[in-house]
Formats: sequence, structure tokens, C-alpha cells
Amino acid sequence: MTVTKEAPVAGETTVHSGRSWTANVFKARESGIVLALIVLVAFTATQNSRFLSGQSIRDILLGTAILAVLAVGQAIVMITRNIDLSVGSVLGLAAFAVGSLMRDNPGLPVIVALLAGLAVGAVCGLLNGALVRFGQVPALVVTLGTLYAFRGVSYFWAGGQQINADKLPASFLGFGTASVLGVPWLVLIAVLVLVLAGIVLRSYPAGRELYAMGSSPQAAQLAGIRVGRNTSAAFLVSGALAGLAGVLFAARFGTVDAAAGTGYELNVVAAAVVGGVAVFGGSGSVWGAGLGALLLTVIGSALAVLDINQFWQQAIVGALILLAIGADRLVAVRVTKALKKRDSHV
Amino acid sequence: MSDSGNRLSRLLSWDAAVVLVTVIVLVVASGAVENFGTSRNFTFLLLDLLPIALVALPMTFIIVTGEIDLSVASTLGLTSAVMGSLWDAGLSIETIIPLCIVLGAVLGALNGFFVTVLKLPSLAVTIGTLALYRGLAFVVLGDGAVADFPRVYTTWVTGTIGDGPIPNVLVPLVVVALIFGVVLHATPIGRGVFAAGAGEQAARFAGIRTGRLKFWLYVVSGAVAGLAGVLWTLRYSSARADNGFGIELAVVAAVLLGGVSIFGGKGTLPGVLAGVVLLASLQNALRLQDVSNEALNIVTGVLLIVSVLLPNIVSSARTALRRRRQAVTPER
Repeated sequence: MTVTKEAPVAGETTVHSGRSWTANVFKARESGIVLALIVLVAFTATQNSRFLSGQSIRDILLGTAILAVLAVGQAIVMITRNIDLSVGSVLGLAAFAVGSLMRDNPGLPVIVALLAGLAVGAVCGLLNGALVRFGQVPALVVTLGTLYAFRGVSYFWAGGQQINADKLPASFLGFGTASVLGVPWLVLIAVLVLVLAGIVLRSYPAGRELYAMGSSPQAAQLAGIRVGRNTSAAFLVSGALAGLAGVLFAARFGTVDAAAGTGYELNVVAAAVVGGVAVFGGSGSVWGAGLGALLLTVIGSALAVLDINQFWQQAIVGALILLAIGADRLVAVRVTKALKKRDSHV
Repeated sequence: MSDSGNRLSRLLSWDAAVVLVTVIVLVVASGAVENFGTSRNFTFLLLDLLPIALVALPMTFIIVTGEIDLSVASTLGLTSAVMGSLWDAGLSIETIIPLCIVLGAVLGALNGFFVTVLKLPSLAVTIGTLALYRGLAFVVLGDGAVADFPRVYTTWVTGTIGDGPIPNVLVPLVVVALIFGVVLHATPIGRGVFAAGAGEQAARFAGIRTGRLKFWLYVVSGAVAGLAGVLWTLRYSSARADNGFGIELAVVAAVLLGGVSIFGGKGTLPGVLAGVVLLASLQNALRLQDVSNEALNIVTGVLLIVSVLLPNIVSSARTALRRRRQAVTPER
């Protein structure tokens, strides 16, 4: 994938061709998702007009908002050639923590809930990052371990109890459903996260360093990039965003138990990968990850409307992961071949 | 040379430490945990560790080559679901069992295809199939269960040899483990596995077809997971789509605990079996103390991380020590 990023297109010789080619690749991926979305929405809507009702669209947007916040964090970690499998468990832990906090202190403003969720997630992310950075333990091992460990902590803490919507303050639940100028708060927050992360990754040294690390960790180290610090920062951000998603989850659903968000990590990885974030690191954008989150949510919603067995959802998630990484690979192979051919002609 | 000697001694000491800790856990638990030392509990302990031990055998090979297979638990679940629906459809159990093992092999072959032919990272591939296979299991069987398997089979799987403490199913496990152990440590295939993990390019230059080797490892891993699915179903006399959910954690934890390096190229099968016993007895003792399964996952998750973290800390401490020594007595 790194090849495609830096490669000028065969046949064009302008200085800017490299950049426009890159843009084209991303456009191809993103327009592919948009096309799939249009076909899916059009087909589902012709089968059942309920699909395009205001309530249905709202549900899709709210679901996308939570998944997109998680997918942004995952994209940031994956760009550095790591992975964070613990996000579903961090979401669950933060949702339960914030739920208990709001239940026991009904007077607290919503912003406190958001900050508390961010903080819980940040602590989890910090732990992941420290183990990867200082312990030199691969991210897969660390986050597979904490996927179950954080979940276990939630169960231990909850001890079978559940936080019900009627115990939560109305202001908090209202935040989960209320809108500003017709746009739900959850969607606004997700868009804010997307835009901020998108700008930092695109135009700031901190963001560009993450891509450099993902393309080649050794080269990044030699170029003076503080790889260790940036790695732990990426995990910190991913954890904090998962914590934030936990708050959104609690506000939207109202009912939280220790199992909240179980298995979300698969959807999140799928959203990022489908959105064009390379599993080899060094390539992809949070915009793509956001689009991937939208596609996955629309698929889930379409299955329900079309009366298809809901159990297909998870199988589709798995198939999409395989399809996306397989397609990336084929494109990369083809580009490498094209480049070789061009080089031999020059 | 001293470096390889060092590495060898470190490995031996890790294996020895795992065995020692296992013995300590067994002794302490027998004394401190009520009912742990009974022969009935011993049987349950062995029955519980069986699927993990079984799946850990091919997983050891795969991790030694530097790859991973996270889809094993889902393969187990899918074969269990298919077994249930075939039994419902009226096939005989003697037809179903081989079919399920073949199904496992096919699921493994799909992993192998993506990893070796398309050359995709095994982590991403097997996360994808983890979701795909578990999803298909639910598509096949929904959230119901099939329970009326023939008693001859279910009582054999839960039964013991001559009504002693040793479960019947331990016999095939020991046979399979011996085969895997011999192949890994005493045949060219095993040397190829280590070579591929230590340096894939070098192994290829040495004439080892690493791609083909890995492909077949995934096939075997799938087939063994399929067999584990059959045994799991018969043991609980219940085919369910969520059978074996999450056991990839215990399997990977046991393998790494057994001294296999997650970076590939290092590890022994006896060490892995010791890791399985350690993990299973720890879980068994805690379960007897009424610790919930979810809370147990904290222990397993922490053990997984520690089994990679600890060797890293030890080796970096040694490096630091060596450097300090060199600084005190300059070599020239």
C-alpha cells in the first residue's frame, strides 16, 4: 500500500501526478463505498419504504456516530501498523462507569459524563500503549489480553447488575436523543471527532509522523521520529475515543450492563479496513473509516428492514474484512507490476 | 555462540519455570481449595483442558512460523452448529463426524489461501474469518440448540477409563499430541517450521516451501478445531452456535505461556502442554472458588500479556547488565 501512495501514475509525467494519483486511489475506494451505499439504500427503499422514514434514518445516523468514533481511533492505531482489539471492552467499561456516575449523581452536567468517559478510556489506552511501548509486547497480544481483561473488570464491577434507563437523569438521556438544528448531538460529536482527526492526520507533523511510522518503523526512527511516544499516543487516543463512544452508547441506549459493546471490535476493524485503512499501516484516512462505519450500519439496518436473518450481520462483517484486505492486496500487486513495467521502458 | 547458548538456557529455564509453577499451583490448590484434589475434579480438569490442548497443538506450529490463527474458536463453533443441523436432518453420527472434520479443514484452507496465496497478514485474515465463521454458525443454527445426540457417543466422551479418574478422550489427545510433538521436534517438517519462523527468506533460500508449509498448517489447524468442535458438542451433548466462544484467548495464552515466542522461531510442544495444564488448573481452582467465567478472563488476559512481557523484561535487564559489565571492564 505504501507503494501506491508514493507512486506516480504510469504515462503521466507531471510533477503533481504522484499526488493526484494518490487522490484517485482514495477517491476510488471512497466512491466505491458511496456507490455501494447508494445501491444498497435504493434497493432496500424499493423493497420497503419504511427504510427511508425519518426514524430509520435517525437510527442509522446514531448507530454510525458511535461506530465512527471508534473507527477513527482504530484508524489512527492501524496507520501506525498496530491494532487495538480492546475497543469494545473499553466502550463497555466506560459506558458502565459513566452510567453508574450519572445514576448516583443525577445533578451532574452532560459534559462531566463526556469527560469521565474520555478519562476512563484514556487510562485503558495508556495501559495498552505503555505495554506496547515499554514492554515491547506486540499490539495483538496486548489488546487481545486487555480485550478480555477489561471486559472481566466490567463484569467484576457490575456483578450482574444492570443500569436501567429510568435510573438515569433525564438530561443525560435527552443528550442521547436531542438534536441541534435537526442534527443529533451524537452525530455532531462524531463529525467533530472526524474533522479534528482528519485535519491532524492530513496537515500536522504529528499526523504525518504516524503515516511514516506505519510505512517503515525503522526509517521513521532513523528520521528522528519519536516512534515510542507516538505509538503510545495513538493507543491513548484510541482508548479515549472508545471511552467517549461508551458515553454515547450509554446516552443512546439508556440500559447498560457489563456486556455492553461485546464484539464491537470486529465491526470497528471492519469499518476501518473497508474504509481503506491498510492493515500493513501507513495508509488510509479517517474519512474512509467513517464511511466504512456508515456502510456497516446501513447494512445492519437494511437486513432488519428486509426481514433477513439478523445473524447474517456478523458473517457479512467478516466477509467484508476479507474482501477489503483482499482487494487492497490485488490493487497493490497490480500497481507494483505496472510500475515495474514503466520503469523498464524508461 | 554464547548468544545461542544463552538463548537455549533461557528457554530451558522458562520451560522449567512453567512446570514448577504448575506443580506449585496443583499442590497449593489441592491443599487450599476444597474439592480440587478429588479424583472427580481431576476428571473435570482434564475434560476442560482437552479442547484447549487439542487446538493449542497446531496453534504452536502456526505461532512458531510467525503467524497466528484467531479463528479457531469460531471454527469450533461453526462445526458444532453444522453438526447439530446435520443431526437434525437425520444423518448418522458416523457420517457427520468425518464431515465436520473435513469442514474444519476447508475452513482452515480458506485461511491458508488468504495468508499464503494472497500473502495477507494472518492477523487481519483470521480476525475476518473469526467474525465470518461465528456469524455463519448463527446463520446455520440460530440461537437454538440441538441436544439429542446418541448416548453411546456422549457417555464415551464424558466417561472415564475403567471408571477411574482418566477420561476416555485423553487417549486420542495423547496420541495426537505425540504425533504433533514428533513432527515438530524430530522431522524435516518441524525443522522447516522453525526455519520459516526464524527467517522466512532464509528458509526459502534453503529450499523450504514456506508458503505450502503454512497453507497445510492452517488446514490442520482447521481440522483439529473441527474435531474439537465435535468433542465439545458431544461432551455437553449440545450443539450451539456460540460453543467455544472466546477460547482463542485461552489457546494463545497457553501457547505463549508455554514458552513459544510470538515473534516466531522458538518454542517446544512439551512447554505448551505444560502451559495448557497451568492455565487449566488455575482456572479450575478459581472456578471452584466461585469466580465467574468473565472474571476468570482477567486472569487469562493478564497471563497472556505477562507471558510475553516477562521474557522481554528479563532479556532487556540482561542486556543492560551486560552493557554495564562491558563498561566497567573495557575489552580492548
